[in-house]
Amino acid sequence: MDSKLFPEGVQRCSFGKFLIWTAVILAFFLWGLYAAVLVLYNGIGTTGLDNYFGFGAWITFDLAVIALGAGAFFTGLLKYILKIKQLEKIINLTVVVGFICYSGAMLVLTLDIGQPGRAWFGYWHPNVHSMLTEVIFCITCYCTVLIIEFVPLVLEQKQLNKIPFIHALAHNMHVNMALFAGIGAFLSTFHQGSLGGMYGVLIGRPFAFREGFFIWPWTFFLFVLSAVGSGPVFTVLVCTFMEKLTGKKLVDFKTKALMGKIAGTMLTVYMFFKILDTWAWATGYLPSVGLTFDQMFYGMVYGKWLLYTEIVLCGVVPAIMLITPSIRNRPALLYTAAILDCAGVSLNRYIFTVQTIAFPAMPFDKWQVYAPNWVEYASSIMIVAYGFLVLTLVYRYLPLFPQERELN
Amino acid sequence: MHYKEFKIKWGMVIDIDKCTGCGACMVGCQVENNIAPMTKSDPYNYVQALTKPRDDASNKLRTLTWMNVYELSNGKAFPEHETAYLPRPCMQCGNPACVPVCPVVATEKNEEGGIVSQIYPRCIGCRYCMAACPYHARYFNWWDPLWPEGMDKGLSPATSVRPRGVVEKCNFCHSRYLQAKDKARLDGEDPMNLPEGAYTTACADICPTKAITFGDLNNPEHKVHELAKSPHAFRLLEKLGLHPQVYYMSEREWVRKQGDNYNAEAGGHH
Repeated sequence: MDSKLFPEGVQRCSFGKFLIWTAVILAFFLWGLYAAVLVLYNGIGTTGLDNYFGFGAWITFDLAVIALGAGAFFTGLLKYILKIKQLEKIINLTVVVGFICYSGAMLVLTLDIGQPGRAWFGYWHPNVHSMLTEVIFCITCYCTVLIIEFVPLVLEQKQLNKIPFIHALAHNMHVNMALFAGIGAFLSTFHQGSLGGMYGVLIGRPFAFREGFFIWPWTFFLFVLSAVGSGPVFTVLVCTFMEKLTGKKLVDFKTKALMGKIAGTMLTVYMFFKILDTWAWATGYLPSVGLTFDQMFYGMVYGKWLLYTEIVLCGVVPAIMLITPSIRNRPALLYTAAILDCAGVSLNRYIFTVQTIAFPAMPFDKWQVYAPNWVEYASSIMIVAYGFLVLTLVYRYLPLFPQERELN
Repeated sequence: MHYKEFKIKWGMVIDIDKCTGCGACMVGCQVENNIAPMTKSDPYNYVQALTKPRDDASNKLRTLTWMNVYELSNGKAFPEHETAYLPRPCMQCGNPACVPVCPVVATEKNEEGGIVSQIYPRCIGCRYCMAACPYHARYFNWWDPLWPEGMDKGLSPATSVRPRGVVEKCNFCHSRYLQAKDKARLDGEDPMNLPEGAYTTACADICPTKAITFGDLNNPEHKVHELAKSPHAFRLLEKLGLHPQVYYMSEREWVRKQGDNYNAEAGGHH
């Protein structure tokens, strides 16, 4: 029915099957939308957040998807600025994944702030000392850059591209894409860092506070490194998931392994500094304020197992796997390492968000346990469904994978 | 450190040994500052029926307690067991953790006596300041404020009522400060040199045991100036470098240790 809209020379499932798939996604989306309407109408009291946990599932989700979306800026940097040609086979997907992650994060933020109508105050009354101001500016500018990077892909849609003006416009945007890749890399580096800086500057929260370099605490650099150490393999996972769903080969394994190598190298650098940072925090900063490493953990829910899982199982292990060619070049092991890597960065964002404020800074206060409720889960799932929907449409109608024809 | 000094530094000295934990300060604060009582149902919101009910005052994790009273214990069994009560307003830190993090300058270390202000019409409700404050002195408006019918007529005209979705906090009853300065001007006195008692907070006013003393920490004629220098005085979490303008006093060593978090013999943090 819609086969004239498909990219040149590729096959897609029947329209009926496509409708059923879309309806399933829409069901999840609508469930989340219902939750979102409840939040906007009744207020954030509808969620599981409270006076202790002003930050919770939404902020964790935001930080995690932004880190996982880092594949877009980092791959763009390597492709357009450092001219690694092989990455052109996956660059379109990285841009789409980045766009979904960033726009999704911004949607969640509109729910997460108590006064969504005042969101623009971030530009109108900016506090230059706040890391969050930097995040607000960079994240919206970078989201705009991602849209600019996304547009040529839309313009290359088979029917649209027949129009001479659109064809020429798409070509010229491609020619100038290095400029946007450069701007995107600059903006994204800063806000990935500022997200880490947001925690590192919390002088009243010994769990997260870090000394640092100039105006930036160490967490600024750790967040940048962890994002570029996981974003590229997240794109690989999305690609592989799409391959399993569609039963087609979309990107050659060599390109995936290269993405794994890039992420693995950055993850190794990150792990080196993360371990050093944890050591310095435990043996330097904590004793200086009369606290010990053991006091930073509580029971099962905030136990040390979280830290060890993050650093060892989901950090050191995938780093070794990804930088070892014989492991990286075996598909099952590459994907396992990628899953561990992405789980590790998400866990890191959770720990920094929740454990930081769960720790009772006042000695007579108690640990508090945070559990998100269905409203937070549903609205987060809404964003995931939104991502699925965008990817579904992009895959069906736009020339996302330049290798698809030759591989199938 | 971004520590700023101002000519006037309003502060409190709270004598924990005098505090009985009666909670009058909490009530005084609530009434003075138009803090809405927590009610379970909202008769004007029909969508509320589709989700969980609003919180009533039994949910202590959703209350708006600008002044909160904590119970301290020495951790020993009877008959050695001892209890103390620690009222906690906003500490009005000299180097506040909350101010530099706010993305929209909705909160500021104010030159008017070093009070940390909160500009409600500018707050976007991101709650970053809540995450930053280790004293939990900042509160988010989880629900639309609602007063039982007729009770809204008793609201103070001097204090703004905050809408849902903004962060609010103790401001040392700032409206009383403005009134005290106005009165001084009318009386031909210097508003920058208010005498002891000309400006005081609701919690200090109402405290039946006079455990809370309020005044200018920089003014030698005010009691707090001397009290803050007492060998029994301490500040909460002083080691973090936030420089609170609220001091506590206790002759009991275990209380002082808990306040400052240096629990050397007690085995650390509980």
